[in-house]
Amino acid sequence: MTVSAASTVTVRVLLFASYAEAAGQTSLTLTLPAPATVASAIRALRAQSARARLPERPLCAVNLAHARLDTPISTGDEIAILPPLAGG
Amino acid sequence: MAFLTEQPLDLTPLVARVMSPERGGVACFLGVVRDHHDGRSVTRLEYSAYDAMAEAECERVVAEAEAKWDVRVALEHRTGRLEIGEVAVVIAAAAPHRDAAFMACRFVIEQVKRRVPIWKREYFLDGTSAWVAPRTAPQAVDRSAEAAPDAPTPEPASHTDWGV
Repeated sequence: MTVSAASTVTVRVLLFASYAEAAGQTSLTLTLPAPATVASAIRALRAQSARARLPERPLCAVNLAHARLDTPISTGDEIAILPPLAGG
Repeated sequence: MAFLTEQPLDLTPLVARVMSPERGGVACFLGVVRDHHDGRSVTRLEYSAYDAMAEAECERVVAEAEAKWDVRVALEHRTGRLEIGEVAVVIAAAAPHRDAAFMACRFVIEQVKRRVPIWKREYFLDGTSAWVAPRTAPQAVDRSAEAAPDAPTPEPASHTDWGV
């Protein structure tokens, strides 16, 4: 890549259960323009056809904790897109 | 302490972990695999989890219960393939008196359902299967304020708005 490290954010994205099945993958790497948030990651994911069925406002986590759509994300973060939970 | 296991769950060791001479009340909850869902016959199910986060979230839920009441709580959730009648989740809460034990036990199961990233695939008698979607509206409801560009400074998300 020719873009400088500071102008982009590269994160690992995990998909689970129904979202993983719909997308045909459980993880991917995403590079976004900085500054990035959970919402901008989701917009970028939804722009690609394999993941077009992801909801606009899914439940999300950043680095193993629930996050909001406006949570900022940085290079190296692990973003998880969580289908409706069904434990218990 | 691991909260997730693929092994069959047993209440007894969890009760033993929380009992002590000053705790006179122990409340327990077992979640058991049911043979029906929305009128369809279920033959078995499969739980999958985001393991690392599920462990972290279970730990947070137990810590919150133990901070809220004078209780000791033990929690385990099973993952993988489960047959009808098998135990999917076990909670034991011990307190000096029964009120706190019951309240903590109830709190923990409700929070587990709301917050811990675990999913359930049901296999039906007719050979089909499907991921279980919670009956009440999913998380997409009501997060519009959070998505607004002029949303206030982020704060830790409330534990009540993750929807189940």
